[in-house]
Amino acid sequence: MEGSLVLEDGTAIRGAFFGARRKVFGELVFNTNMTGYTEALTDPSYHGQILMMTYPLIGNYGVDPESMESETIQPTGFVVKEACAVPSHPKSALSLADFLKAHETPAMEGADTRALTIKIRSKGTMKAALVPATEHLETVAREVRTAPHPETRNLVAEVSCREVERYPGVGKRTIVVVDCGVKRNIIREAQRYADVIRVPFNATSDDILGLKPDGVILSNGPGDPAHPEILATSVKATKELAGRTPILGICLGHQLLALAFGGTTFKLKFGHRGGNQPVKDLRTGRVHITSQNHGFAVDADSLPSSEFEVTHLNLNDGTVEGMAHRELPIFSVQYHPEARPGPWDNEYIFRDFVAELKGA
Amino acid sequence: MPKRGDVRTAMVVGSGPIVIGQAAEFDYSGTQACRSLREEGVRVVLVNSNPATIQTDPETADAVYVEPLTIEFLEKVIAKERPQGILSGMGGQTALNLCSELADAGILQRHGVELLGTKLEAITAGENRERFASLMRSIGEPIPRSRAASDFESARGFVEEIGFPAIVRAAYTLGGAGSGVAHSPEDLERIVGFGLAYSRIKQVLVEESVLGWKEFEYEVMRDASDNCITICNMENLDPMGIHTGESIVVAPAQTLSDTDHQTLRSAALRIIRALGVEGGCNIQFAVHPRTGEYRVIEVNPRVSRSSALASKATGYPIARIAAKIAIGLRLDEIPNPVTGKTLASFEPALDYVVTKIPRWPFDKFPTVDRRIGTSMKSTGEVMAIGRTFEESFLKAVRSLEIDRLGLDSVPATDDEIVRELKEPTSERIFSIAEALRRGFAPEKIAALTDWDPFFIEKIRHLVRLESRLRGSRRTRALLAEAKRSGFADESLAALTRSSEEGIRRSRPRAAYKMVDTCGGEFEARTPYFYSTYEATGETPRLRGRKVLIVGSGPVRIGQGVEFDYCCVQGIFALREEGVAAIIANNNPETVSTDFDISTRLYFEPLLLEDVLNIIEEEKPDGVILQFGGQTSINLALPLAHALRRRRSRTRILGTPPASIDLAEDRRKFAALMRRLGIRQADAASGYSFDEVRGLAARIGYPVLVRPSYVLGGRGMEIVYTEEDLAGFMETAVRVSKDHPVLVDRYLAHATEIDVDVVADGRDIFIGGIQEHIEEAGIHSGDAACVLPAQTLSEAVLEDIRTVTRRLCKALHIAGLMNLQLAVQGDVVYVLEANPRASRTVPYVSKAIGISLAKVATKVMLGHSLRSLGLVGEAKIKHVAVKAPVFPFQRLPGVDTILGPEMKSTGEVMGIDRSLGRAYYKAMLAAGNPLPTQGAIYVTVRDEDKPTILPVVERLARIGLRIFATRGTAQFLRENGVDVTTVYRISENESPDALGLMRRGEIRLVINTPTNSTGARRDGYMMRRLAVDLNIPFIATVQAAGAAVQAIEESSAGDLAVVPLQEYRRTAPKKAAKL
Repeated sequence: MEGSLVLEDGTAIRGAFFGARRKVFGELVFNTNMTGYTEALTDPSYHGQILMMTYPLIGNYGVDPESMESETIQPTGFVVKEACAVPSHPKSALSLADFLKAHETPAMEGADTRALTIKIRSKGTMKAALVPATEHLETVAREVRTAPHPETRNLVAEVSCREVERYPGVGKRTIVVVDCGVKRNIIREAQRYADVIRVPFNATSDDILGLKPDGVILSNGPGDPAHPEILATSVKATKELAGRTPILGICLGHQLLALAFGGTTFKLKFGHRGGNQPVKDLRTGRVHITSQNHGFAVDADSLPSSEFEVTHLNLNDGTVEGMAHRELPIFSVQYHPEARPGPWDNEYIFRDFVAELKGA
Repeated sequence: MPKRGDVRTAMVVGSGPIVIGQAAEFDYSGTQACRSLREEGVRVVLVNSNPATIQTDPETADAVYVEPLTIEFLEKVIAKERPQGILSGMGGQTALNLCSELADAGILQRHGVELLGTKLEAITAGENRERFASLMRSIGEPIPRSRAASDFESARGFVEEIGFPAIVRAAYTLGGAGSGVAHSPEDLERIVGFGLAYSRIKQVLVEESVLGWKEFEYEVMRDASDNCITICNMENLDPMGIHTGESIVVAPAQTLSDTDHQTLRSAALRIIRALGVEGGCNIQFAVHPRTGEYRVIEVNPRVSRSSALASKATGYPIARIAAKIAIGLRLDEIPNPVTGKTLASFEPALDYVVTKIPRWPFDKFPTVDRRIGTSMKSTGEVMAIGRTFEESFLKAVRSLEIDRLGLDSVPATDDEIVRELKEPTSERIFSIAEALRRGFAPEKIAALTDWDPFFIEKIRHLVRLESRLRGSRRTRALLAEAKRSGFADESLAALTRSSEEGIRRSRPRAAYKMVDTCGGEFEARTPYFYSTYEATGETPRLRGRKVLIVGSGPVRIGQGVEFDYCCVQGIFALREEGVAAIIANNNPETVSTDFDISTRLYFEPLLLEDVLNIIEEEKPDGVILQFGGQTSINLALPLAHALRRRRSRTRILGTPPASIDLAEDRRKFAALMRRLGIRQADAASGYSFDEVRGLAARIGYPVLVRPSYVLGGRGMEIVYTEEDLAGFMETAVRVSKDHPVLVDRYLAHATEIDVDVVADGRDIFIGGIQEHIEEAGIHSGDAACVLPAQTLSEAVLEDIRTVTRRLCKALHIAGLMNLQLAVQGDVVYVLEANPRASRTVPYVSKAIGISLAKVATKVMLGHSLRSLGLVGEAKIKHVAVKAPVFPFQRLPGVDTILGPEMKSTGEVMGIDRSLGRAYYKAMLAAGNPLPTQGAIYVTVRDEDKPTILPVVERLARIGLRIFATRGTAQFLRENGVDVTTVYRISENESPDALGLMRRGEIRLVINTPTNSTGARRDGYMMRRLAVDLNIPFIATVQAAGAAVQAIEESSAGDLAVVPLQEYRRTAPKKAAKL
């Protein structure tokens, strides 16, 4: 079945639909990972977005449900150059198309994804719609233009857990994970060192401290960290937690931390989404290859330099990739030390955090 | 760590001649390294014996030594140049081994030279199996169970533990020589025997079989501050058990999940850290197709053919960065030259699929075992890029230039197909497609081939598309689909029964995408493009004059790196003239496909379709076809025709295509020679006895007959009567449609001459008149030759110049031409005129210090030779000898006799102030060191006995013992030479020559072939053994003469090393201009 990808600038690209057959809206973003589509598709940080892979052959090794980073597919739609119809891998349980169908996500193949990537790179990310061929394209283009940007919604609320969940881990300590759209592997990594308690994004500092954590991880998640509802909940709680428990911020969690200490965040032109971003650890001089998925960044100049030092920089564009409180056991990284997808070079962040835990 | 200030001069060791397992990739890496180091202000000294390289250009390094690659000569260079450091990792296994030897011999320490980049311990850990195994155990990385064995006993014992099949590898060899898979005790004896013989340290490794597992490679880099990155991973379509150089390879890996990939990537980083490599490293993994468990198979702590492929596949210049790491730079201090903005410390993201397919020499060696396995037989490879696997795969197939446009049908029985799938040869991919056409189940094919079903499914897609194309009406949509899957226009024309031009008109236009290392994430400035069939292209308009050079494709026997050298020189000349240089080529090993050499690089197949597409895209002012060997010259006529039809303003530069046709068409050329009154040795070719008999009668006996393929140790023969001819045709020749018999008038005792000349329509400039040191009739690519000519009289030289001048005029040569001549007495005969660059152009250019291809390019742009100050002939005071290098050690059982079909893979040059010295260096560099002590073995035909006598006398005077067969011995003894008689092999008595050779007593064989049956068999066995034991084997009296002079001069005194720059300085003034 034919379908189209319609961008807010009026561009319409035809392709073949697979997965679910329905119309969806979202912010079109690209990811340069050559593997890891299952992990990316289930990363809650993509909530509200249409995900496009720059690597042209997607679905080659099918889908292993073990690789899912959350319960469901998170982006509203998926765009690839070519979807593999007959996957080959001993762990493949179903094909990419069946996976998308099962989670009611529409997808399109046959797009010139490279041309689209270059467009986004030069013009910035755009609102877009994925529509079956039956739709009238000009009407859709108008709809896309007038639709509110997904970031105006509280996307975090849409992906966060509703109830507190417990994950038994190794050791006697407890780590609370504030779920702003957490990837499973953050929880898994934390379980290697402690029992993990996952709490909703709007848990108050009292809720959290009531769980007697040895440390708190602020998770990754979708959308604008400075959304009013986030400022009123997660950021407020973070502010109150500072000084009372060690904190590790990851991705959105890193941005929340900056906001909590009076810093500001800004939106990148097209974000960092991939597994090849070089990050320099300024304290050791070492360069690590990192997994990333974010559209916003922390403004280095806005950080209170008396309290925070920038510890990590992105070598491609010089943006802040990590920061640490000068006195308190509080630090954060913009990238994903839990990987999945992407390189496993940064597990050390968890080890460093564990070394800071109260019971340590 | 900041850049090391203590390294002011660095030495780079090259890889020597092109051989199987070591091709152009090390010219690419060495050249990159030299440029990279000089960028950092380091003075670079380069040593390489191979003149057909860009790295030996006087412009590439500060001091270029074309000298034999032995530790003795390297020490001389070290003593003279006093480098602080030496880079071992840029010249393949050859350089790595030499540098270990330099260290072991204490030479580095004696001269205070440090091994830069990867240290000796890492090299040893990568090469010594035991050390490697214990290192892997210490970091918990799984390797196949194995044991090193230095004798049969321990090999046998271990196989009893692990069972058959078992893998045997020889330690310290190139590209897997002397390795194999043992399925039985007999196999084991044989392979272990070979392995022990080939190994530099007389050691083999016997190993648990991971045959049939999937094979993956990771290219990893590390700097001295322990920053590590992976550049690329690659998946071998062929399973473990087939050398990666023999495998079809795709990049990136297609069938690894993210978890699989990160598992291997993390292992690769742990390994490079444990090895302590500073630079690039290649790591090979085997992955079980069902359980997913892996084993670390091999580590190459240096740049390699795989790293060249990875560089071209990703756009990340591994060698260039490795060189900077070697002098202490960190990855995050080195800018990424592709984007200009980002740094070298990142991992490339691809948004296309790359396929590499090896190019095998089996067309030249019809009798050789075509099965592929653990040792390398391929001479080169092609790479293609596409947005789908199918597109990249089919583009690669048609880049091979093996007369196949795609997955053509195979005329074989089902049983034969099954055997091919199980025991692969170079034909496997065609058999897979054929099996699918015949309805074999994909699962069955996957099981037989151990290919991942993913790839079988892709081939099935192509086969299905093929049948849809055959069956239905040709629609634009279907054509577009076929083009996206990589079908050639010509295939589509055949499938849909239409014309190629018709297909071209009804299909979409090619779009060109950029290779930018980052999946489009950053704006890049790489001028590196590939075609695909999508809507949007991204080639910015090039301003000003622009010229396209068509490259030479994969390295194969007969068309080697010499042509790439010429293409690169052409590029340099264009750029010097301010003309944008566009190159089209598909060989990932070469310098020409390094993206920062040309103004713009198109990585493409080189069929008419592909070249026309580029011309349509770029609309260049001109196209140069004379540098890319047969690949490009064959395009001349069809391209001229196509451009005329399109009323294109693009011109074919240089010699008009009609002249090319005139020179290549035997009949037209003969008529021209008659008209010009130039003597030509009559020649013709025929396919049947009757035809050949008629030709021989016309030419007149005696004739030289030669099959275009040599079988059973019998090559060319001089035939005096029709009766002899019948015998020859019956016994020795397989006449067929593909293999004609060539008949030439026999020019007895002729000397063969090669002339490389540049003409501009008015004047000519002769680069060199080269005299062969082999008998006439041997392919000029296989003949050793010397410059300047040594035995020709001034009158003959003048005749040669006249013939050259008249031919240039008659053929309207603009640019390069190569002439092959024979001189008999004082009469000059023309054998062939090739209106293009020849394989001797780099050698001549290096010898005279003038780049002939550059001169030719400038002429093609409209400069006159007069304005360039180059009219007449280059004069040199020194002597340069070119010696060929053959692949026989790699191809067991092949007869090593030389003939009209070229067999050599590469060449070396010896350069010095006299013939003897230059010849000695050339022989040494070619791996056939001439002895100054020990014994020689002489057996010559009767007519050569008087001429060989003074040669043998001189050898005896130097102190060499002389052995000879009865006839030769008797003659020598009668003439006062002290000689020991040995028996013919066929006489089956001791001492015989083979026994003496095996015992290491005989260090040189002089054998001019005779035609008696027994002598012929002896000759074959001796030649073969000489090859296997690296004993120089001389087959002509001329060569024997040069050899004795060489031995005399080398034993008389020390041979000096002199950089090419110095020869150039001392050359006559007019040569110094370019």
